[in-house]
Amino acid sequence: MFRSDASKLSLILLMTPFVLWIGLLIVLPQLGIGYISLREKVGPREYELGLANYIDFINEPIYWNTLLRTAWMSILVTALALLVGFPVAYYIAKIAQQRSRAALFLLCLIPLWVSDLVRAFGWIVLLRETGVVSGMLQTAGLISGPVELLYNDVTVVIGLVYTVVLFMIVPLFSTLDGMDNSLLEAGYNLGGSRVTVFRRIVVPYAMPGIVAGCIITFMLTAGSYLTPILLGGKNSSWFTEQIYDQFITRYNWESGATFGVLLLGFTSFVVWLGLRLTGQSLANTVAKE
Amino acid sequence: MDDLQCDGLTKRFGNFTAVNDVSFAVPSGSFFSILGPSGCGKTTLMRMIAGFENPSKGDIKIKGNSVLATPPNKRNVKMVFQHLALFPMMNVGENIAYGLRCRGEPKADIAHKVAAVLERIGLPGVEEKEVAQLSGGQKQRIAIARCMVLEPDVLLLDEPLGALDLKLRERMKIELKLLQHQFDTTFLYITHDQSEALVMSDNVAVMNAGRFEQIGTPQELYHSPASGFVAGFVGDTNRWKGRVVSIADGAAKVQTAAGEIVAAASGEDVAEGVEVDVFVRPEAIELGVPENGNSLRGKVDSLLFNGANSRILVRIADGELIEVNYPVMDGGGGLSAGDDVEIGWARERGRCFAAAR
Amino acid sequence: MRKLGRTLIATTAMAMVFGGATAQAETTLRILTWGSYAPDKVIEMFEEKYPDIKVEVTFSNNEEMIAKLRATGGAGYDLAQPSHDRIYAAQLEYDIYKPLDLSQIDTSNMDPNLLAGVKANTTIDGEVYAVPHQWGTSGLMADITKAPDFNSWDDLCDPQYKGRTSMRLKRTILLGTAFAMGKDPFAAYADLDEYQNILDEVTEKLIACKDNIKTYWQGGDDLSSLMLSGEVIASETWDSTAYKLYGENQNIVFIPPETGALAWIDTFTIPRKGEADDAAYKWINFVLQPEIVTMMSASTGAIAAVNGGIDLLPEDKKAAVQAAFDDEDIANLKFFANIPAGVEDMEGKALERIKAATGG
Repeated sequence: MFRSDASKLSLILLMTPFVLWIGLLIVLPQLGIGYISLREKVGPREYELGLANYIDFINEPIYWNTLLRTAWMSILVTALALLVGFPVAYYIAKIAQQRSRAALFLLCLIPLWVSDLVRAFGWIVLLRETGVVSGMLQTAGLISGPVELLYNDVTVVIGLVYTVVLFMIVPLFSTLDGMDNSLLEAGYNLGGSRVTVFRRIVVPYAMPGIVAGCIITFMLTAGSYLTPILLGGKNSSWFTEQIYDQFITRYNWESGATFGVLLLGFTSFVVWLGLRLTGQSLANTVAKE
Repeated sequence: MDDLQCDGLTKRFGNFTAVNDVSFAVPSGSFFSILGPSGCGKTTLMRMIAGFENPSKGDIKIKGNSVLATPPNKRNVKMVFQHLALFPMMNVGENIAYGLRCRGEPKADIAHKVAAVLERIGLPGVEEKEVAQLSGGQKQRIAIARCMVLEPDVLLLDEPLGALDLKLRERMKIELKLLQHQFDTTFLYITHDQSEALVMSDNVAVMNAGRFEQIGTPQELYHSPASGFVAGFVGDTNRWKGRVVSIADGAAKVQTAAGEIVAAASGEDVAEGVEVDVFVRPEAIELGVPENGNSLRGKVDSLLFNGANSRILVRIADGELIEVNYPVMDGGGGLSAGDDVEIGWARERGRCFAAAR
Repeated sequence: MRKLGRTLIATTAMAMVFGGATAQAETTLRILTWGSYAPDKVIEMFEEKYPDIKVEVTFSNNEEMIAKLRATGGAGYDLAQPSHDRIYAAQLEYDIYKPLDLSQIDTSNMDPNLLAGVKANTTIDGEVYAVPHQWGTSGLMADITKAPDFNSWDDLCDPQYKGRTSMRLKRTILLGTAFAMGKDPFAAYADLDEYQNILDEVTEKLIACKDNIKTYWQGGDDLSSLMLSGEVIASETWDSTAYKLYGENQNIVFIPPETGALAWIDTFTIPRKGEADDAAYKWINFVLQPEIVTMMSASTGAIAAVNGGIDLLPEDKKAAVQAAFDDEDIANLKFFANIPAGVEDMEGKALERIKAATGG
């Protein structure tokens, strides 16, 4: 009796901060946003419940084009981050010496020590027309005049990959690190080539990390703000920018909230679709036997 | 012809020599064990044979051909890993089919071969099971089947019983031996457990500090060990120190703290005045004084009941404890702790080796 | 939602009670203003004069100021400084300011025209909600060695400067372009259909112009580096940024467009739930003193809305203003008109359309 009461109490005490955090800082604000998105403005300080904000979104191609573009580029960034991150994670987890591993891992984390803004300005200094790269190319005689490397989608994608690749490497590293080397050796011993071992053993084993990393990077990318705006220039639309504009520049909280709900819904949908198409489940990424 | 032959195999890691000039040959279809304490280099030796390490010196031949230039995935040597290394993301059938698919065999053949090998190991129809659903012994057999389906020239086993509990280990020893007979394939078995090696093997190599101390049948190792290390490592034994007083006809008179005894002088460096270790197995010792044997006086320290393997511990004059077989401990033996006893053994049942310096 | 709101307010109130208890008799003056509008030196002097008042400053811009006040219903700050055109509609819509007690403000020293203008723009039901603080303009700047004839909003789209001009994609450029097309957008505020027509034409023009633009600048810092590096030779700009650059490169000058520079007046307003009105009035009167005005202008680059404001500028800024403006330009200033409800939305849509268009 006493025992079960005590364990119940400790369970409650342990859960409280988590429930408060989730409830007050995540669920409640989301409900608030959802509620605001359902308010139609009919006049100054006058609102009605309705779906007008959502209908406005559907009727305006600029909005859903931007959303689609954001999603598409985020998928591209996620794929590139996976391509770049996997070899790095594999190297740190499986090839590097035990001693240098911590140092390498730390090295990967260094970019997190400076803010998004500073990192974006770093790219600007490198890539602008009068910047370092352009200057070096000219000195090397590869180009005759200054070249503008900023303000295009390629730069945005590179900048985003750079920003999010860490969040791909960390979960990949931790799954690969947990992989017994003898699995690889067994794979070779039984006649597998490098490609076979990679495709049939390493990738399936790392799948939980791949899925987790992809979800994190995709969500982070779709929700990023500074990098696409600062590196993108005149033609770069990003959906978060429109949310900001609605909330701040146009005082249109209703529409901004609608966009927020749509961004969350749409990115969740893309994640769900991705899981379905690759035959993975969310449970796989957290619960592994 | 020998399936596997190693000549002067040496492996160095920096200044450390893990395997030092090892040569041996494993005849076709035999069960060969390498027995040694952990860290003796036996795993490195096996990894060189599998191709995961390159030897610093020497040669490895499989069916007479050197395989040094052959990458691990092309050597027809398969390996059962210490923790089995069954692929967790594949079911049993896929695990076994993996090697066949790597070889590019036709699908129908693969299914057929997988079913056949499962039949042979006594687990028919488990193709669809997940690895995690199997018991320890079943996993063991699947790991062997995964190799055997590829019909290797040599099967390497790296302490595969280490993770099992005692009962299962005892059973698997017998089962492994039977499987080896059934597949009629050369097994190279690595272990630090002398009883595994003795029970299963046709031949055993005892390895210590990177070198082979002795290669022989289990009986040879047990009854005529070539070194003090082998005598101490293989089988249970009593051991105590002494100094050679004189040698005659291969029998050494040894002065120990408990008295003077005579033992067979083994090895060339046993000579007058040399410090030696004397080894006598418990089953060689009995209560009473045999004719023309050694004898020592002592006190019964304790009685260790274990059925047919029951023993008594006798404390002799210098304080050493000696294990003595005492199979008839049914309570009627009349011995109890504290009794004075005299123990003895035939002279040729004791051996002495020059003490390690 | 309402319940949550109450809880939040209660929590905030509690925090304030406890916070206040530790600060004892001291009043905290929380100012929500533009970057550089509260230089440390001025705060120090103010706190020296009124030792019982502690100044806390939050830097922001028009849109964020209003968004912040809207979120709290006008709480959290004791003094805010939005531009004069951002008060009337925001007050009607969100009720975030409180009426000023003009008897507490020393208006005698203020420039009478600007004071009258701000009052006229921010009076609701006979109550005045704002008085002017500083004014400045938005216009053009150019490196005169490379773009000597630059003098119209239109020139930003001139193909001879292709890839060498910049602008900020905000309402200023919409209005400027409208003026350059011979329209009067402020007059059209009265008739929103008419204004929409103007916006449509402006949108089309700016989409066509997109190819000519290097990039849209986001803030003073990136505009400065674009101009100083020579990557951009002419741009739409805030005058203060242009003056700052003039200090570094005398070839970069502020150019009032031929249709008139767009003038804004940053004001003083008191948020509806401000808690330190007395301190706020003291701050207002304090910073309008001539010797403080010069220090303030040195920091902001804008001109104080007091008599002889230009003369009170620090020498370098005065030189820059005199290099940019003559009397005719001053007479030609177009003060931003009050933004009626709904216009922000219309302009926002136009800006979105321009941003989303692929002009190359």
